[in-house]
Amino acid sequence: MAAAGPSVFLLMVNGQVESAQFPEYDDLYCKYCFVYGQDWAPTAGLEEGISQITSKSQDVRQALVWNFPIDVTFKSTNPYGWPQIVLSVYGPDVFGNDVVRGYGAVHVPFSPGRHKRTIPMFVPESASTLQKFTSWFMGRRPEYTDPKVVAQGEGREVTRVRSQGFVTLLFNVVTKDMRKLGYDTGPLDTQVALGPSPSQGLPG
Amino acid sequence: MVSEKPHLGSQREPMEDDPDPDTRPLSMTTRRGPRSLPPIPSASRTGFAEFSMRERMREKLQAARSKAESALLQETPTPRPRRLQSPSKKELETEFGTEPGREVQRTQQEDDSQSYSRVKFRDSVRKIRSKPPVPPGFPSAEEAYNFFTFNFDPEPEESAEKPKARNRDGTNQEEEEGEEEEPPVQEGVNKMDEEELLNDKDAEDFLLGLDHAAGDLVAVGPADYKGVHARLQEKEILFVPSRLTVPAYKKLPENVQPRYLEDEGLYIGARPEVPRLTQNTVENRLLVQDPGRKWFGDDGRILALPNPTKPFPSRPPVLAQERDMKVELETLYKKAVRYVHRSKHMIGSGDSPGNFQLDIDISGLIFTHHPCFSREHVLAAKLAQLYDQYLARRQRSKATFLTDKLQALRNAVQTGLDPAKTHITQKAIKEYKSEIRQTRKLRDAEQEKDRILLKTIIKVWKEMKSLREFQRFTNTPLKLVLRKEKVDQKADEEAYEAEIQAEISELLEEHLEEYEQKMEEYRTAYQQWKAWKKAQRAKKKKKKQAVEEHLDEEAEEPYLGEDPVKPVPPEPTDRTAVEQQVRERAAQGRKKPGEPTLVPELSLAGSVTPNDQCPRAEVLRREDVKRRSVYVKVIFNEKEVSRTNSRPLGADFRVHFGQIFNLQIVNWPESLTLQVYETVGHSGTTLLAEVFLPVPETTTLTGRAPIEEVEFSSNQHVTLDHEGVGSGVPFSFEADGSNQLVLMTSGKVSNSVAWAVGENGIPLIPPLSQQNLGFRSALKRADAISSIGTSGLTDMKKLAKWAAESKLDPNDPNNAPLMQLISVATSGESYVPDFFRLEQLQQEFNFVSDEELNRSKRFRLLHLRSQEVPEFRNYKQIPAYDREIMEKVFQDYEKRLRDRNVIETKDHIDTHRAIVAKYLQQVRESVVNRFLIAKHHFLLTDLIVEEEVPNISSEGSGILGLSLFKLAEQKRPLRPRRKGRKKVTAQNLSDGDIKLLVNIIRAYDIPVRKPAASKFQQPSRSSRTFSEKHAASPATHSPSPSADYPVGQVLVRPFVEVSFQRTICHTTTAEGPNPSWNEELELPFRAPHGDYSTTSLQSVKDDVFINIFDEVLYDVLEDDRERGSGIHTRIERHWLGCVKIPFSTIYFQARIDGTFKIDIPPVLLGYSKERNVITERGFDSVRSLSEGSYITLFITIEPQLVPGESVREKFDSQEDEKLLQATEKFQAECALKFPNRQCLTTVIDITGKTVFVTRYLKPLNPAQELLNACPNNPQATAELLARYVSLIPFLPDTVSFAGICDLWSTSDQFLDLLAGDEEEHAVLLCNYFLSLGKKAWLVMGNAIPEGQTAYVLTREQSHYLIWNPCSGHFYGQFDTFCPLKSVGCLIGPDNIWFNIQRYDSPLRINFDVTKPKLWKSFFSRSLPYPGLSSVQPEELIYQRTDKAAAAELQDRIEKILKEKIMDWRPRHLTRWNRYCTSTLRHFLPLLENSQGNVEDDHRAELLKQLGDYRFSGFPLHMPYSELKPLIEAVYSTGVHNIDVPNVEFALAVYIHPYPKNVLSVWIYVASLIRNR
Repeated sequence: MAAAGPSVFLLMVNGQVESAQFPEYDDLYCKYCFVYGQDWAPTAGLEEGISQITSKSQDVRQALVWNFPIDVTFKSTNPYGWPQIVLSVYGPDVFGNDVVRGYGAVHVPFSPGRHKRTIPMFVPESASTLQKFTSWFMGRRPEYTDPKVVAQGEGREVTRVRSQGFVTLLFNVVTKDMRKLGYDTGPLDTQVALGPSPSQGLPG
Repeated sequence: MVSEKPHLGSQREPMEDDPDPDTRPLSMTTRRGPRSLPPIPSASRTGFAEFSMRERMREKLQAARSKAESALLQETPTPRPRRLQSPSKKELETEFGTEPGREVQRTQQEDDSQSYSRVKFRDSVRKIRSKPPVPPGFPSAEEAYNFFTFNFDPEPEESAEKPKARNRDGTNQEEEEGEEEEPPVQEGVNKMDEEELLNDKDAEDFLLGLDHAAGDLVAVGPADYKGVHARLQEKEILFVPSRLTVPAYKKLPENVQPRYLEDEGLYIGARPEVPRLTQNTVENRLLVQDPGRKWFGDDGRILALPNPTKPFPSRPPVLAQERDMKVELETLYKKAVRYVHRSKHMIGSGDSPGNFQLDIDISGLIFTHHPCFSREHVLAAKLAQLYDQYLARRQRSKATFLTDKLQALRNAVQTGLDPAKTHITQKAIKEYKSEIRQTRKLRDAEQEKDRILLKTIIKVWKEMKSLREFQRFTNTPLKLVLRKEKVDQKADEEAYEAEIQAEISELLEEHLEEYEQKMEEYRTAYQQWKAWKKAQRAKKKKKKQAVEEHLDEEAEEPYLGEDPVKPVPPEPTDRTAVEQQVRERAAQGRKKPGEPTLVPELSLAGSVTPNDQCPRAEVLRREDVKRRSVYVKVIFNEKEVSRTNSRPLGADFRVHFGQIFNLQIVNWPESLTLQVYETVGHSGTTLLAEVFLPVPETTTLTGRAPIEEVEFSSNQHVTLDHEGVGSGVPFSFEADGSNQLVLMTSGKVSNSVAWAVGENGIPLIPPLSQQNLGFRSALKRADAISSIGTSGLTDMKKLAKWAAESKLDPNDPNNAPLMQLISVATSGESYVPDFFRLEQLQQEFNFVSDEELNRSKRFRLLHLRSQEVPEFRNYKQIPAYDREIMEKVFQDYEKRLRDRNVIETKDHIDTHRAIVAKYLQQVRESVVNRFLIAKHHFLLTDLIVEEEVPNISSEGSGILGLSLFKLAEQKRPLRPRRKGRKKVTAQNLSDGDIKLLVNIIRAYDIPVRKPAASKFQQPSRSSRTFSEKHAASPATHSPSPSADYPVGQVLVRPFVEVSFQRTICHTTTAEGPNPSWNEELELPFRAPHGDYSTTSLQSVKDDVFINIFDEVLYDVLEDDRERGSGIHTRIERHWLGCVKIPFSTIYFQARIDGTFKIDIPPVLLGYSKERNVITERGFDSVRSLSEGSYITLFITIEPQLVPGESVREKFDSQEDEKLLQATEKFQAECALKFPNRQCLTTVIDITGKTVFVTRYLKPLNPAQELLNACPNNPQATAELLARYVSLIPFLPDTVSFAGICDLWSTSDQFLDLLAGDEEEHAVLLCNYFLSLGKKAWLVMGNAIPEGQTAYVLTREQSHYLIWNPCSGHFYGQFDTFCPLKSVGCLIGPDNIWFNIQRYDSPLRINFDVTKPKLWKSFFSRSLPYPGLSSVQPEELIYQRTDKAAAAELQDRIEKILKEKIMDWRPRHLTRWNRYCTSTLRHFLPLLENSQGNVEDDHRAELLKQLGDYRFSGFPLHMPYSELKPLIEAVYSTGVHNIDVPNVEFALAVYIHPYPKNVLSVWIYVASLIRNR
C-alpha cells in the first residue's frame, strides 16, 4: 500500500473550546459536534462533546472560560465536505430552564498549524412577538431541530436569527498525505520547501 | 451640380412654394405645437407627422437626404457624360426645354435678366432673414446685405463685363458665374460665400457665415480708389484662376477614359464637401501651375481622402456657459442605487443592472369612423383621407421626378448617338433606352394616378356639398378650395407636343427594333421552310419513280412529317397608328395643354351649424357624442400598467390625452398594447379595440421618437336611433337606400414609444443581450449586431435581405463586420444557436471537457452522488483514485439505465403486467425526482422547534392556563397515562438499530382438528397426538386414541409464527381454539441499501406475515415395545391461516393494535370451525357468531420512527380558485372541531394536480360479463363486483410514490395500471355501485390494520352495508368485527359530508346525511354545487382477457412454484404426487366459482380419492400482480417444511381470468403422507 501511495488523507484536529463572550448570560455550557461530508470518516477521538458549566470571570473581561478539549481525527478521500465544528451553547434562564444561548459553526482550518477562531453565535428568533413572550415565559425558546443545520446552507432562508455572543476556539491541525493526494493546503512559505511535486498524485 | 439648384428652385417656386395667401393658412394649421392634434381628420401618416417640431426637423432631414440622393442620382453614370461635353447645346434643351421662350427674352433684355437675378437674390435673402433671429451685436442680415450689394453693383463694371458675359453660353448658370467674377476678389469671396450657401439652401448656415464675414469686414476701412490702369496692371501680375468647370479631358492623360472606381465595385469614401466653385478654382490652378496630372485621380477628380468629419458633435453641448468651472469639478452626492438581484440571473451580467424605462406618450386619438358619425362626417373623413394622400403624393412629386429623369435619360441617349464623342458604348445606349421605356411607363402611371386622385377629391367634395344642401345643416368645418393656376398656354402646348413627339419617335424606334427582330426570325423561318419544300419536292419525285413497286407504302409516306407553315412576313409599324395611340394615352393621363392646373386646398374654415338650427335627430346625435368619453389603457406584457384619464369625445371625434407614461421595467418588454375604452354616459365601458404597439428599437430615445399613428378598428355592431350612422350597420347616402356602405368603428391612436434617457444621458434600455438571447457568447458580444442596435437582428435572413435592399456598400470598412456576418449567415454556416445558455461563461471556466469528466470514474461517481441517484446517494468515501474504483460499482446503475426501456418478462411472466410495472416504475421515478427537489424546500418547522402559539379559544392542552396547571402537576400521578415515546429522526440509524416488536396476545375461533378424519385414521400409533404424553397437560387431555375425540380433548395446538424479511420468530404453543399467548416477538429490520432515510423506509415493500400453525405431534415409534424407553415423535405444523400486514402500514401507523381477522383458506382439510358446545364458555355466547378466526395483536417499531411527512408543495390545480378557498375553509373548520377525523376535499391526481374529490365519483359501467353472471340477484352481483375490485392488486401509494401523499388515479387509469391502494379500489367499487343504481358513498375513516383508508358505504333497503374494497368483504353497520373503526366523512358524487356526531364508530353513528346536525355538508345553500364535471372517463372499456395467455401463465407459475419448493428443501427429496395434483387442479375452478364454499363436498371427494394418504393442504387465493408475492405466500405456509421421508407433494395452480386482465390466482398446495 505504501508503494502505491496512500488512498486517504488524514486530518487530525485537537484544540479546545477556549472561552466565550456572552455579555448578558452566565453559567453556560456548550456542546460541540462535527459535521462532515460523505467522504469523511472519523478514525479516532470524539466527534461530540458536552462541556462543564462555566461562570463569568470576575474581572473586567467577564469571559466564560471552558477550555474544553477537542481531539478528533478524520480520514477522507476528498476535501469536499471538509469538517465543520458546530457549537451550541446553553444556559439557564431566569426560571431555571435550560435554554439555548447560541449556535455557531466554523470549518476546521485546512492548513496545518495552530489556529484561533472566534465564531459569532446566534439563536433563532421566535416567529411572532406573542410566541416570543410565551417562549420566554415557558422556557421553551425556539431551537434548531438539529444543531447541525447551522453548518449547512440549505433551508436557512426560512429562519431568522439574532446574534448573541462569541466563542473562541483553538485548533491544532495536522494533516497527513494531503500533498500526496494532490491537495496543497500548506501556508505559502512552506509550499516550495515541502514534498515532491504533487503532479503525479493528482486524482483523476 | 450643386450650382444648378437655385434654378431648379426658381422654376418650381411658383408651383410649390407660392406665397399665395390662400395656401398659407393651411400650412399654418397643419403645423402646430408638438402635442397638439391636427385639425383635420387626416388619414395619412405624413399629414399627422407634420405637427410636431420634431417632425418638422425630421422632415427637413429627410428633405436634405432626398436632395443629396437626387444629387447623387445626377452624379450617377447616366447623366455624367453631359458634364463632360461642352454643355452648351444640351443644357439648352434640358434646362430650358420647358420654357423655350425664355431664351429669346433673355438675349433681348439682358439688363432685365440681370436685375431679375438680383431681385431674386434679394428675395431669397429676405426670405431667409425672416426666419432665424439675429444675435445682438451683429449687423442684421439686411445691413450685411446692403453692405455687400452696394459694393457689388457698380454700374460701369457691369457694362464693361457685359460683352464678356454675352460671349459666354446662354445658360443662366454661366451667366451668373460671369457676373460674380467681376467684383474685386475680396468682396467676391464674400459674395461667393453667400452664393454658395444660398445654393446649399441651408439658411441657418448661410446666415452664420454671412454674419461672420460681415463682422470681419466691418473693421476694414473704406475702399480706396484705384485707377483702371492700375487695376489692369495688377491683373497681369496676379493670377486669378478661372472658376469654370474644368473639362475632364484636361485632367486626364490623353485618350484615357475616366475611370469610376465606384462603378467597378471599389469602395470610395464620402468625399469631403467642397463647394463646386472652390473645386473648380483649385482644379484650374493646379492645371496651370503644375501641368502634371498627379493631383487628379482616374475619375478626373481631385484626389481626396474620405471625409473625416463626423456628422454629429463629439462633445456634449455645454448648456450654460456662465457656469463656474468649479461647479463641474465638484463631486455630487448621488443616492445609493439598490443592487438589482435579478440581474444576476440574467444573461450578460456585465451590463449595468438597473431599472429601465420605457416612455409611452399617448397624445391622442382620432376616429376615422365612429358610430356617432353623421353621413357628413363619413364623407369628411373620406375627403380628409384623400387630401392627405394628395398632399403626400405632391410632396413626393414622383411624376415630376420621373419626368426629369426621363429628360435626363433622353439627353444621355442623344449624346451617346453623337458619333463625334462615342465613348459611350452601344450597350449603354441600349440600356438607356430600356430605362427610358421603363421610366416613361412609370411616369404615365403616376400622372394618371395624380389625376384620378384629384378627380376623386373633387367628387367627394361635391357629394359632401350636396349632402349639406340636402340636410340643410353643416356638421364639419371642412372646406375644399380649388385654386386654378394659370399656365402659359403656348409654352404648355409646345411642351406637350414636344413630349408627344419624343414619345412617338421612341415608340417608333422600339417598334422598328421589334420589327427587325421579327423580320430576322421570319427570314430564318422562311429559309427553313424553303429548304423543307425543296426536300419535299425531291422526295415526291423519288416517290413517283418508286410508286409502281411500293404501292402500299406510298399512302403512309406523305404524313411522315408535319408541313411547316409558310411564314408570314411581319407588318411594318404604322406611324400614324402609333401617334394615335400616344395621343390617346396622353389625353387620358395628362392634363390638356393650356388647361389650368388645379390645386385643391382643404381648410377648416367652414362653420358648423349651431344646435338650435339643426333637426332633432342631429341634435340627439350631437348630444350623444357629448356623452361619450374615451380612455386608453396601457397594457405591458399583458398586464395593465396604467390608463389615461377619461376624456370626452369632441365634436370632431378626436380625443386629446397628451399623457406620458414612464414604465419602469426590468426585462425586455414582450408586448405593448393599448386598449381603447369608450364610456357612454354613466353606463359601463366597452372595449373598443386593442392596439398593438411595436417595441421601439434601441435607437429610439425619448425626445427623438416620432409620434406615430397606429390604426385600430373594432368589429362591434352599433345601431343608433339618431343621425349617427352606427358601426357595422349598412347605411346609404342615397335617398332610395341603394349603394349601401358598411363602416366599422376605426381610428388612430397617435402615440410614441421611446426609451427614456437617464440623468447621465445613458438610455435606459435593457441590455441588448436580453433580446437576442444567446446570440453570441458574452465575450463575443462586441460584434456588429450590438453596435447597430436595430431590433429584429436575430433573424439573419432578414438582416441579409435588409442589407441587400438598402444597398449597403460592401466595401465600406464601417460595414465590414456586418457584411462578414451576413456573408456567414447567408452561406449557411451561420452559428445561430437554437438554445439558451444560462451560464454563458461556463465554457470558459471548464477546466476539462465534459467527456474527460465522464471518463473519470471518480468524477462520475461524485457527480452521480450529488445528483442523488438512488444507487449512489449514500455512497461513502469515494476513493481518491480512479484505479481504486471498481468497474462493478456502476454495473447496477448502468443496467438500470439500460433496462429502463426494455421490458423484462422474466419477473412478470405476462407482458401486460410487465408493461404496467415499467410504466409504474417510470412514474415513480419522476415523482421521486420531484419529491427530491421538494425535499430541499424547507419550512420553518423543519428547522426550528418552537412552541405553538397558545390557542386560548379551543379546547385541548393549548390553553395557556392549562399549561400553567401542568407546571403544578404531580410528578408521579396515581393513574399514569401513556406518554409518547421519543421519536427518532431517521438519519442517524444503522442496521440493527430498528426492531419490529410484535406482541401476540390471543386468538379466537381457531379452526379445530376434525374428528371426521377418524374414518380413515385408524386408531394407530402414529396418529396419536403427542399431547397425550405431554407432561404439562396430562390432566386436561385424555390420551385416548379412539375414533371419537372425547370431551376435553385437545382440539388444536396453535402457535404463531411471525416472518418478516425472511426472519422467523414463533411463540410457544398454546392449546385450544381460543389460545392466549401474550408474547412479544422481536424481529430485526433492515432497510434497503442500508438507507434509513424516510424516503427509503417508506418504500419498503416487505410484509409482516403472521402465520398460525397447528402443532401436531406424531409418534414415529415403530415398535410399541420401545415406548417405555424413549419418545419418538415427529412434530408437524399445519398451517391454519395468516395475517399479512405491510411494513409501510406499521411505519405510518407507528403502532398497530387490534383484533384482526385471520385469513384462513377456504378449504382446510382436516380442520373445521364447527363449534364444540362444550368448549364454549360464557364469553362466546355474547359474541356474534362470526365466520372468521381472529387474532389480537400489537405491533410497533422500536425505536419509533418519524414517518416522512407528505410533501407540502402546493400543487397547481385547475379547480376554481373560489372552490379551493372553500375547501380550505371547510377543512379548517372541520379540523377545529374534530381534529382526529379525516376530512378530505381535494386530492392529487396522477399528474400532480389538485382535483376536487367528488369529481372521482360517477356511475361507471362494470364489465358486462360480471353483470351477466347472476342477473337476478342484485346482492350477488354486488358481491361479485366487490370481488372483482378486490382482485385488482393492492399497492399502497406510499410504496409507489415514496413520501408523496396519496395520488388518486381515475378508474380507467387504475384498471390500466392494475394496481392501486384503498382509494382507487373504493372509488371503482363505489362507481360500480352507483351504476347499479345503489346509493353509495365513499367513507373516509380509520380501519384496522390499514389506518386511514377509504371504504364504501351502500344503503340497502333498510340498512347500510360497509364494503371493504380491498378484500371484497362487506359488513353490516352493526357488525362488531367490521374493520372500519371510525368514520370521518362521506363523499358522494355531488357533495361531501363531514361527520359532526359525537361518536365516529360506525356502530354508533347515524348515516343519514340529510340531517345537517349530524353531517356537515360541503355544498349547501350558501355554496351550491356548481356541477363539477367528472374526471372519470365516459365509460370503461373492458377487454376480455386472453384465456390462452392465462392458461400459459398458470402453467408457468405452477412450474416455478414447484421448482421453488424443491429449492426450499435442499436436503430432502421432493416427490410430486401427480394423481393428487390433477385432482386438485380439478377442484380449483370449483372453488373460484363458488368463491370457496364447497368445503364439505370437496373434502369428501378428496378423502375418497386419496384414501391412502394423510393429506394436509389448502388452497391459497390471491389477486395476481407479480410472481414474488405468490412465492412469498407459499413459502409462508411452510408446507415445504415437512421432512417426513416419504412425504409427497401436490401443487396445482389455477388462474381465473376476469375482464381487463384481472386475474384471480388459486394455488392448491398439499403434502401427502401415505398411511400404512
